Amino acid sequence: MSKKNTHVQEPLFHIVKRGAMVWWRAWMVRAVAVLAALVVCGVITVCLTGQNPFGVYATMFDGAFGTKRRIWGLAQNVAMLLCVSLAVTPAFKMKFWNIGAEGQVLIGGLATAACMILFGDKLPTGVLFLVMIVSSIVGGAIWAVIPAYFRAKWNTNETLFTLMMNYIAIQLVSFFTYEWSVPKGSGQIGVINSATRAGWMPSLFGHPYLLNIIVVVALTVLMYIYLNYTKHGYEIEVVGESENTARYIGVNIKKVIVRTMIVSGGLCGVTGLLLVSGTDHTLTRDLAAGRGFTAIMVAWLAKFNPFYMVLTSFLIVFLQKGAVEISTIYGLNASFSDILTGIIIFFIIGSEFFVNYSIKVRESKKEGVSSC
Amino acid sequence: MKKLTAMLLIVFMVLGLFAGCGSDAANPSNPSQAGGETTAAKDIKVGFIFLHDENSTYDKNFIDAANEVKKALGLSDDQVIFKTNVPESNECYEAAADLADRGCDVVFADSFGHEPFMAQAAQEFPDVQFCHATGTTAHTAGLANFHNAFASIYEGRYLAGIAAGMKLNEMIEKGEFTAEEAKIGYVGAFTYAEVISGYTSFFLGARSVCPSVTMEVQFTGSWYDETAEKEAANTLINRGCKLISQHADSMGAPTACETAGVPNVSYNGSTLAACPNTFIVSSRINWAPYMTYMIESVMNGTAIDADWSKGVQEGAVVLTDLNEKAAAAGTAEAIEQAKQKMAAGELHVFDTATFTVKGESLTSYMADVDTDANYTPDTEVVSDGYFHESEMRSAPYFDLRIDGITTLNEAFG
Repeated sequence: MSKKNTHVQEPLFHIVKRGAMVWWRAWMVRAVAVLAALVVCGVITVCLTGQNPFGVYATMFDGAFGTKRRIWGLAQNVAMLLCVSLAVTPAFKMKFWNIGAEGQVLIGGLATAACMILFGDKLPTGVLFLVMIVSSIVGGAIWAVIPAYFRAKWNTNETLFTLMMNYIAIQLVSFFTYEWSVPKGSGQIGVINSATRAGWMPSLFGHPYLLNIIVVVALTVLMYIYLNYTKHGYEIEVVGESENTARYIGVNIKKVIVRTMIVSGGLCGVTGLLLVSGTDHTLTRDLAAGRGFTAIMVAWLAKFNPFYMVLTSFLIVFLQKGAVEISTIYGLNASFSDILTGIIIFFIIGSEFFVNYSIKVRESKKEGVSSC
Repeated sequence: MKKLTAMLLIVFMVLGLFAGCGSDAANPSNPSQAGGETTAAKDIKVGFIFLHDENSTYDKNFIDAANEVKKALGLSDDQVIFKTNVPESNECYEAAADLADRGCDVVFADSFGHEPFMAQAAQEFPDVQFCHATGTTAHTAGLANFHNAFASIYEGRYLAGIAAGMKLNEMIEKGEFTAEEAKIGYVGAFTYAEVISGYTSFFLGARSVCPSVTMEVQFTGSWYDETAEKEAANTLINRGCKLISQHADSMGAPTACETAGVPNVSYNGSTLAACPNTFIVSSRINWAPYMTYMIESVMNGTAIDADWSKGVQEGAVVLTDLNEKAAAAGTAEAIEQAKQKMAAGELHVFDTATFTVKGESLTSYMADVDTDANYTPDTEVVSDGYFHESEMRSAPYFDLRIDGITTLNEAFG
């Protein structure tokens, strides 16, 4: 090629970082993404199953809101996912990759179940609840603080460490579900204190899940205040943005890491308490049901704003509930609803790209550019 | 660029509108308007709760039976609701309650751990019948609408054991090994009554035709662990077992047998396709008779038994077709003969004349029939010269270690 031709071929399009987008435009982009996802899901539904896509969407709504019981179930599941999401938020905001929420929830649940089984008929209700609350929080916090301490002291990799702690928690729960199983050796604890209901969270106004939901609403507000209006919240943000800056302004990074993980793990422990005492009244290995991982997505999608997290956790639970209903009504395999959920979440995550970046298409130039 | 975005937005919004409009008309879960047809068969609604979906052989057995019954009774899609992948937790209660909300007259759940949650739902919905497979507490729960069911699978295993004994006899006659070396290997999941009852009946079936046979049992500690089941089968083969059977849900043991060329008596269904040279026969529970019974009872307004357990005669336990290539000559006839004796009441699987425990024959045994935390023995189950398995309660409770069978390990939980 001739050397004198120094004209650089501009690519067909390139990506530019946007400035801050007006909030309503950002939300419009997200809404478009959801709609686009629904269209793609519709096309895939028709191609793969021959079902009417609108019928499928209507079924999703029905699955989430169809009856009073389903609405309560939806609210309860949103509350539980939100609670774990609130728990992981301070850690992630600090850029501490707490992949161990699953295990921390399990340990909280294990501590709760232990109190219910061992002290159920020995302690008066008030004291029993106090013991349950304290032990679940302490249990979750211990499970979180071990990796935090190692990270603060010896700079170990917290992602791997917290992940490994999950497996230990699962094995511990397996051991105790065998140890306390009814009948002995069956590996199932069954409903704990089903006759006395000792250690069961009370129903408010006849709704068994209402207390759970109220607790999580209160935690949401508290977490918002903690992150945005307290010194701790500020320190978490600075450590997350830049450890050097934090050190420069005199923040004790080790202390912040350990303290934040105590908060994170303790809240996970509370989720375990709500799940065992307020929902399942039993303990299984599947207690957390993957919420510890889903919560990470919920928190990131909401940009660590507790109020946005209500929306994102609602969206995810809605998709799950709707997906289950689809597989029930249409006799489709559960994997199909997973595919739909995957597509929708992919679009939502993808929409963040368009909120932060814009695509500039190459301007067509007057002086005829030869094709490449 | 802006224009393009605007256009796209409009397109999506219009589509979104359509999605909103279309929903009501297409909603398939709207209760269908029953146009004056009031026959019980048209009105009945049945809900099923399954632990997994058809990818699990355990659940597939239930799902197939449910579909068969649905077809046989002429029920429409609206009348039968399947809920798959329902875990053994509060989710099970929610699923059962949701099915009751939808107007189901009877709800069936297929896994052991569903039991307390089904009982919880039964308390809340006294007008709905809740039927639970493999559970143990219905006869003591005091709930008129909560029921347990199982099948007398030990009868099927006994018959399958006859096929195994015949095969061993054939191999002894051919001079492959001596009568004293005839040893069966058995891969079990857990050291529970369900498994013990199964391997003992299988062994007694085999010993009824091959008197010198012994058995070794290796437990895996899981209902589904392909690797562990394969390893257990290989261990048993290396220890000199001439024939393998199993009570676990994966293809681990059958495929290990096919590789090693050791005959296999299977469980849960035919493994002929994967093991054409070694598969002899398989026993399985057929849930269709119970599901038919449960639905017809509701239609006729009759009470459902708190415990239901039927066997070979009623078709609740079935054997697959024999694989003529692997089975010994005359097996089908021997099985048929035993079947007829069972029907006539001449043959009891756990006949106390056919086995000993620690060298002594059994005259009395208190079993744990009324479930409690510590397996407290509470009911006499030996009378008229045999152990009455599955008669006091549908779920098995035969947990004796009889002579001739060696357990190599134990696995609980």
